[in-house]
This record gives sequence, structure tokens and C-alpha cells, in this order.
Amino acid sequence: MSIKIFVSKDSAALSLGANQVAEAISKEAQARKLDIQIVRNSSRGLFWLETLVEVETVEGRIGFGPINPNDVKSLFDADFIQGGKHPFALGLVSEIDWLKKQERLTFARMGITEPTSIDQYIEHDGFEGLKNALNLDPQGIVQTVTDSGLRGRGGAAFPTGIKWKTVLDTKATQKYIVCNADEGDSGTYSDRMIMEGDPFVLIEGMIIAGLAVGASQGYIYLRSEYPHALKTLNEAIEKAKSAGYLGDDILKSGHAFHLEVRRAAGAYICGEETSLLESLEGKRGLVRFKPPLPAIEGLFGKPTAVNNVISLATVPIILAKGAKYYQDFGMGKSRGTLPIQLAGNLKRTGLIEKAFGITLRELLYDFGGGSLSGKPIKAVQVGGPLGAYLPESQFDTPMDYEKFSEIWAILGHGGIVAFDETVNMAKMARYAFDFCAIESCGKCTPCRVGSTRGVEVMDHIIAGKDVEKHTTLIRDLSDTMLNGSLCGLGGMTPYPVLSALNHFPKDFGVDVKVTKA
Amino acid sequence: MEDFVLNPQDYKIINQHILQYQSMPGALLPLLHAIQDDLGFVPEIAYPLISIALSLSVAEVHGVVTFYHHFRSHKPGRHILQVCRAESCQAMGSEMLELHIKKHLGIDFHETTSDGVITLEPIYCLGNCACSPSVMIDEEVYGRVDSKKIDQLISDLKRAS
Repeated sequence: MSIKIFVSKDSAALSLGANQVAEAISKEAQARKLDIQIVRNSSRGLFWLETLVEVETVEGRIGFGPINPNDVKSLFDADFIQGGKHPFALGLVSEIDWLKKQERLTFARMGITEPTSIDQYIEHDGFEGLKNALNLDPQGIVQTVTDSGLRGRGGAAFPTGIKWKTVLDTKATQKYIVCNADEGDSGTYSDRMIMEGDPFVLIEGMIIAGLAVGASQGYIYLRSEYPHALKTLNEAIEKAKSAGYLGDDILKSGHAFHLEVRRAAGAYICGEETSLLESLEGKRGLVRFKPPLPAIEGLFGKPTAVNNVISLATVPIILAKGAKYYQDFGMGKSRGTLPIQLAGNLKRTGLIEKAFGITLRELLYDFGGGSLSGKPIKAVQVGGPLGAYLPESQFDTPMDYEKFSEIWAILGHGGIVAFDETVNMAKMARYAFDFCAIESCGKCTPCRVGSTRGVEVMDHIIAGKDVEKHTTLIRDLSDTMLNGSLCGLGGMTPYPVLSALNHFPKDFGVDVKVTKA
Repeated sequence: MEDFVLNPQDYKIINQHILQYQSMPGALLPLLHAIQDDLGFVPEIAYPLISIALSLSVAEVHGVVTFYHHFRSHKPGRHILQVCRAESCQAMGSEMLELHIKKHLGIDFHETTSDGVITLEPIYCLGNCACSPSVMIDEEVYGRVDSKKIDQLISDLKRAS
């Protein structure tokens, strides 16, 4: 029997040469007349070990990594297929501390199954949640999700069950489920991993959402920067259709649910739900005034549940194992787990799914291993480009929505970007304004004009011109943007700006006392 | 120089896509994607065709094409090189990489090399933040890119063209 060798086809693994590694293994095995089968699976999310090569043994899968194509010959020389000794040998992959210390619920199948194999999905508990959902009435499904404590994982952290209840209670002939897959935050890639690595879990979550609110049509609004995810999702949707999970009569239940992927077009603002809906309708992504809430008047004027990829992909396990199972993870009002993404200047980057409550310090040092450059970590930005910069003194903050808002920071979508001491925080504050100026939809003045003025004022500060006067102006401008913007883009750009100014005044050339914004 | 009329081949392609998409709800973005996937850009002279098919004004079509960073109204080079400028890549030296690429190619963002091989564009996050800094060439992402690696990738593109 041929021996199974696993090499991921996640695009991050591909970006490090996974295809070339797989090719080299196949060639080398042929040359040595070895009977192997290469399986292209999803990624474990241990990106510091990619390209990770795993070999199936009776004890489980053993790993070797990080492997470059030119390491492949030495793997064979060491007889890695039989578990031979090699400098990159990692032992049993499931026993790697980094992975073992995690609590993988949403990411349970990651790195284990082949992304578009529906049989493997079912073998690994797939569609269990849907089966349970089909035995409940819509109210029952909404109640289960509410009881689980799941909050929107896109960043806003609004209780998913409450959003669904509003859509359910709004009478309409047509309702929609929209998956916000416009993951634009720097430092985040959990949505991409799900869509490339376990697309059926998202599809299942969307079907359940459809049953819960009475929607028969779903759209996945996918960012155009993710071509691999597009291919995988479309393939998975076709397979789900053929297997009867999508269509006019899903699993002969009498319920209909249709699903379609729509490509975004590189506008960060379209991650904001009302701008996303405008875009789906074929318009410029201008933010809408709220109210009306999308749950009442959303896509094409119909009640619409707009949920992030991770929120929807977490629904199946909640329905499969019950609200209490999920609720038992976490702390305070932050229940369940958060897929945390380590990025930037860290030794061990990758995906960590953990119950809420782990501290930033544990993530940065125990998991992350400190900076890759070896220099001290000066600042970390949590929650994407609109998240605050945190200095070392705040590293003991636990990952919890409320604890983060107490220190005027956000968890957002769970991305953590670490910077070493070479970073200049005044430049990062300038970049925050610049990014806002590039991505502003232009509808409201504080964001459209404020961002450009912010860049100009930051240029004066960086040039050392009237620094006191200009930092006062930055605070004033930030106040206007914070309170006067229509949506989070203009309204939250002050987070990175003011946190940089408050925690790193020296970089701005002033010795400002740390003041609470 | 820009063309003032669509060549018959492009006209045929655009019309095929219009027929395929015009009855779809919210058809404009999928249609623009289909056109750009085939032609590499959305020719301005096609706006009237699109606007009539979708009952929009030419201004509305123009408004949508220009709102989204992904859409281009001018023909790009044979390959698109996108350099990530977002925070995670900045933390790993993308600014230096960006300067190196601009110098190496002799062009700025949104420009094309004189041999027509590479169009350089900025991009804000490729979702490859665990392997920063990243670039994307056409539809492939490359991680942990340094100046040596990018020089190799660029010379591969030039050689293949």
C-alpha cells in the first residue's frame, strides 16, 4: 500500500513553495521507485513550519518542516517515510506544543482534511450541525446560537443570535444571508484559511443561517485578493449542490437554499456591512446611513443577515455540540474561542484558536517566540489597521472584548501584528491617516477630508515643525473623526493614531504625558 | 495610444459577457470582473455598451469602475506585480522592498515598464501576513520576499515574455 504524504495547498504554504516541494517529493519518490501518494490538504496554520511535510504512520502523522524544495533529497536520504532522523523532524504533528495548547473548534479539521472532499468533511463530523438544525424550528436555531454567546467575529462583536432574531422577526417574501468575506485587515487570514481549507464548514453555517432566519439565498462577498479561495469555494459549492445540501429542497427537508460567491474589487470599505451591500447591488461601495439596519432593510431592500466568515463557520459546531459546549469556553461576556492570527515580526507566526482570556504576552512570547529580528517588541497592533497600538506595558491584557475596550483598544478580527524597536510610531500614525484617505468612500466629510488633513499634519510633525501645535491639532482632528464619521473607517482611524501618540510620544518629538483619549 | 473603437474581438467578448450577466441581480461587478479577467482591463469605450445593457448611465458605470482599486480602465502590462503595503508587511521591511522594486523596474506605482512586461501596483493585504513581506504576481502570492527573491521573480517574468 502506498504511503500517504501530506503537503498543504493553502495559499500561504504555496507562497513559500509548497507546490515545488510536492513536485520534488513526487520526482524523488519516482526516481527511488517508492510507492507514495501525495495528498494536498489544508494547512494546520503553523506557518512558521511551512512548507510542512507530513507522513502518515500507525501512530499518526509525523511532520518535517520547514522544508524547501532543495531539502527534499535529504529527507529521502534520511528515509523520512519510515520516520527516519532528520534535522527538520518534528515528531507527531498533533503533539507539537504550539498546536497541542490550542482549542480548535472552528478550525478542528484544519490541516487534516482535503479542502474539497465532501466525504472527508462528513467523516470528520461535517453536517452534524445541519442535521440537528433541521430538527429544530427557526426560533430554536436562533435560541441555540444566542445561548452559545457567539458574537460577530468580524470585529464588531455584536451577538449573532440577536442579529438573526431581528431578521427572523421581520416579515418579507425574500430574505438573504450575506457572508462578509472581505477580510481586509492587515494581520488577518483566518477567513482565508477557512475558505481555502474547510469551505464546507462555511457552506454548512450559511445553510443553517438560512434555515434560522428564513432566507433562501446566500451570497459570499469574497475579496478579489483571494483567487485560491474563490476557486475552492466554487468547487465546494458545486459538490454541495450535487450532494443535495444546496438547492430547492436541501436534504429533502422542503427548505431551499442557494449559494453564490460574488467577488469584491479591492475596496477596504466594502468590509463595512452597508457598503458591502451597496457593492453586491452593483454600485459604488458608499456607506449607508443606519437605521434602517440591514437586518430589516438590507440587500435589495430585503431583510439580510450579514455575518463574518468565522461567525458563520462557528455555527455548525454550536449546533452539533450544543450551546453549552461552546459557551463553556472563554471569559466574561466573550464566550467561545477566537481564531487569533500572529503576524508581522514574530518567530512563530500562524493561527492560534484559543478560548478568550489568553494574554497578549502569552501569545507574543509563548506562542510567537518573540520577534523574528531578535530585537525587543516595541508595539503590537491588534485588530487590523483601525486597531490601537499597544505598548509593552499593556501586554498582560487578556484577549477579551471588554478588557480591550477598557484600555481603548479593540480585538477586531483577532489579528496581531508585532513591530520591533526599529518602528517609528509617528510614521505608523501617518500611515493610518494615509490608508484612511486611500480607502475612504467619500460620503462623510470627517473621513474624506479629515484623513487627508491628518496626513498633512503628520508630515509637519515628522518634519519637526511646530510639533506641540500640530499634535494638539491631531487630537482635535481625531476627536472630529471619532465622533463625526458615518462608519468605523473614519471613526476608528483615531485608534491607531492616538494610541501611537499616547504611548510613544517620543516618536512624535514631544514629551506628552500619557493621557487617556 | 488608446483605441477609439473596440476591436471586433473585444467587442464580441464583451457582448458575450453582457448576455451572460445582464439578468443577474447586482450584475455590474460580476460583469466588470468577467471583462477584466479576459481583457486585462475594462475599456472606457465599452461603458456605453454596459450602461445600455444594465439600464445605467455611463456616469454610473464610470463611477463604479473608478471606485474600486481592482478595476482598470487602461491596458496594463503582461503581468501585474502587486506589493503589499499593509502593516504586517511594513513590520517586516516592505518599505525597503517597495523602494528596491521601484528602483529596479524604474517605475512608480500604477506604471508599466517600457517593455510592457510589468505593471506595478500597491495592495493592502494579501492575507499572507504570517509570511510577510508579500507580493502577488498575477494570481500567485509569494511570501517572505527579500530583494534577492524579487530580483529572481522579476527576471523570470522578463525572460518568459
